Amino acid sequence: MADAIELNVNGKTYRLSVPPETPLLYVLRNDLELNGAKFGCGLGQCGACTVLVGSQAVRSCAYPVDAAQDKPITTIEGLGSPERLHPLQQAFIDEQAVQCGYCINGMVMTAAALLLRDPHPDDSAIRQELATNLCRCGAHTRILRAIARAGGETAQ
Amino acid sequence: MREFELGRAVPRTEDFRLLRGRGRYTDDIALPRQAYLHVLRSPHAAARLRSLETKAAAGAPGVLAVLTGPDAEADGLGTFSSVVQRRRPDGSANFVPPYRVLALDRVHHVGEPVLAIIAESLAAAKDAAELVDIDWEILQSVTETAEAPAAAATVWDEVPDNICFVHEIGNKAAVDAAFARAKHVVREQFRISRVAVNPMEGRTALGVYDEHEDRYVLYAGVQGVHRTRAELAGTIFKMPASRLRVISPDVGGGFGMKGSAFPELALVLWAARKVARPVKWAAERGESFIADHHARDNLSDVALALDERGKFLALRVNTIANLGAFLASMGVHVATNNLGGLAGPYTTPHIHVTVTGVFSNTNPTCPYRGAGRPEASYCIERIIDIAARQAGFEPAELRRRNMIPPTALPYRTGLVFTYDSGAFEKTLDMALELADWRGVAARRAAAAARGKLYGAGLASVIEIAGGPADLPLEEAVEIRFDPTGHAAVLAGTHSHGQGHETMYRQFAAHALGLAPEHVQVFYGDTDLVFHGRGTFGSRSASVGGAAFLGAAQKIIDKGRLIAAHLLEASALDVEFAEGRFTVTGTDRSVELVEVAKAAFVPQRMPRDLELGLDARAVVTPPGPTFPNGCHVCEVEIDPETGVAGIVRYAVVDDVGKVVNPLLLKGQIHGGVAQGAGQALCEALIYDHGSGQLLTGSFMDYCMPRATDLPMLAVASNEVPAKTNPLGIKGAGEAGTVGALPAVMNAINDALLPLGIRHFDMPATPERLWRAIRAVETKKAPPP
Repeated sequence: MADAIELNVNGKTYRLSVPPETPLLYVLRNDLELNGAKFGCGLGQCGACTVLVGSQAVRSCAYPVDAAQDKPITTIEGLGSPERLHPLQQAFIDEQAVQCGYCINGMVMTAAALLLRDPHPDDSAIRQELATNLCRCGAHTRILRAIARAGGETAQ
Repeated sequence: MREFELGRAVPRTEDFRLLRGRGRYTDDIALPRQAYLHVLRSPHAAARLRSLETKAAAGAPGVLAVLTGPDAEADGLGTFSSVVQRRRPDGSANFVPPYRVLALDRVHHVGEPVLAIIAESLAAAKDAAELVDIDWEILQSVTETAEAPAAAATVWDEVPDNICFVHEIGNKAAVDAAFARAKHVVREQFRISRVAVNPMEGRTALGVYDEHEDRYVLYAGVQGVHRTRAELAGTIFKMPASRLRVISPDVGGGFGMKGSAFPELALVLWAARKVARPVKWAAERGESFIADHHARDNLSDVALALDERGKFLALRVNTIANLGAFLASMGVHVATNNLGGLAGPYTTPHIHVTVTGVFSNTNPTCPYRGAGRPEASYCIERIIDIAARQAGFEPAELRRRNMIPPTALPYRTGLVFTYDSGAFEKTLDMALELADWRGVAARRAAAAARGKLYGAGLASVIEIAGGPADLPLEEAVEIRFDPTGHAAVLAGTHSHGQGHETMYRQFAAHALGLAPEHVQVFYGDTDLVFHGRGTFGSRSASVGGAAFLGAAQKIIDKGRLIAAHLLEASALDVEFAEGRFTVTGTDRSVELVEVAKAAFVPQRMPRDLELGLDARAVVTPPGPTFPNGCHVCEVEIDPETGVAGIVRYAVVDDVGKVVNPLLLKGQIHGGVAQGAGQALCEALIYDHGSGQLLTGSFMDYCMPRATDLPMLAVASNEVPAKTNPLGIKGAGEAGTVGALPAVMNAINDALLPLGIRHFDMPATPERLWRAIRAVETKKAPPP
């Protein structure tokens, strides 16, 4: 049954009554109206739903909400502000890495976790990190360049 | 405004919102009291419904309604239409299967909608689906393209041989004669695999019935809202189009598939009225695989006749195209309307093509980035490479010998098309230079030293855009100024990732000298936009651009009269340039923005003019365009593991006038990724006996990933089109058209030393490994 769940999302605390096994994605989208994370496959196989739990990138479509209770959650809405974009958001604009925009949340958030671990990842580290994030528009190479740019490196 | 001029590298104005999670896709829209719809689908490839028991489901907790095929029949819902008609060999029109919103008494492919459950929550709807009791009589099925014509299984009783149509074009007698006198005749069979379109945003729909207005609203990601409205209102619900508003907000990729109307779009509207609440349906990924339209899937026997100098004398193609169980609205179009690309940029005088469209117990096939164009280019470009090897020509040289020279343009090819413009040999040369074609031998040797097989492939391709060839479809644009001097641009095209907001702002800067912040772009709403065909077939820049110019000219014409009044001059003496009306030879001028403001002030307007400043144009181009280009791909294959990787890729495209090189290269990148994906890893596979789809998730269906693609070298050889005022040819599909043959030519080049004459896509590690082992086994001495 629904228990009280306490979440810290983008610096705000929310108390919600949802079943603890509810995927985090549904809580973000349906209860908190944070629509930046997207439903792509529901099985953690495409990456469109990626958010940060603590400093880890997680697939929120397959991540139970109660597992996210004790750590700060960051969604793309909380990554930067309109006045001060996150370096990744700016780099994605500079490299024109967005097409339809649906996968891009996952690309940015996966890269955000990578940069927390490794502020200057090389090309192969970036490719490896994004190996399980799908993009159908085929914007991959610009996405790689954008992440390299945000990390202060040049993509190959 | 200059920074937004045509040809400038203008960053997209869409990205600021998309990168902050502020896009608005259909599933991001939640309406008060919305209910959820779940579709119960056929688990069988072919079966009869002996009985259907829904009482328990209807009474389950949270269930609002259960809708069945007979219910739809009782309510008079129609069947989806097929746009293009072809004929059977006996001259009769092709059979159009009754493509219902829900199956009536028989199912024809796994995933066919059988009934819809509407409930308070998705979970409740799914739980209730478990309570539905169906007694199935399982029938024999056929899914394989090659087997369909002679199969024991019959998809439709009306068509015992499963042959929907046989479509023949070209001059058979001339082709036969040319083959009879040819020095070289080269034949091969090519298989183009079936693929899933897989936009990252699955199909989603939210239906609303507004009892107050007695009117429906559909929110759904579609490529042309007016076409969707016409099909749903006119064909399915048989009501005036004005009683349906279709809104297509941000769309997470369309690629051709979202141009079709689907049962679920009708279901949410029908259900919304039944339960008097908004109703949402969103495909889960596994559902997408079995419920979306699929693409490609054909088998071609291709033969090329050459003379002793390598001149192409004739081309003969016999294709079996798998249409699926039903005809997608543009399914027959894909199989038969883009065949002209078989001529390539070559002078081949005689071409004859026979396409046999077959039914099978599979999902309908629909347009997918290229829609018949990559398939056509694949056939000609693969057979040229095989011919080069068989007859002893260098592949680039053989192409060069047969290319249409610039002096011969406009050129009527041996099949359907008349090309208006192009510089094919120069494009080839530029591509060979960009790719360092001369360096291939050294790179091959270096790879061999590392134990790798190395292959280089090229493809010189051309395709139709902004068609169809005989009478291109029109497009509409409206420009509306408001009293603050700002303009709304309302376009009949639809952007689902292409960056049209940016493009139309560039058109506004070019034609009207308007600053981007003075322009708001609208599309994808039938209540806002008066008319439109939508976005498909690489048409939006060329045809939307022509429509924009048409509307802009009307604005300038009226604006000139207002400006003359404000400047106290004769309209004949007023000229317009760069956003400003000027009295010729003077420094007296007024900006368009000021003229627009004055247009709403009676005291500032000439007495005989209507107030306001707005114009709409519906423009039909005099002919289609022919984007073309040359792709060069280099691959390495590890013979031990069968793993193939693209190591270098270069493209030189001629998409006519380039509107925005940033948008253009994005389109080329994407097109190449989709072509390379099909060539290297993608394929939908059905189980032979049961007709079950074996590749129904991202774990079984391989999508191209960041690790699969090298950085691409992309350059343009701009030769303006002659069939539209901006000279644009279109870029949406060009990448895929070239990539499919270029990648497979490279793979085959790598396999050539093993004695493999032709290897079909997809070049997965498993298939490559088996092919390599097979020749090794053959060569090995007997034990």
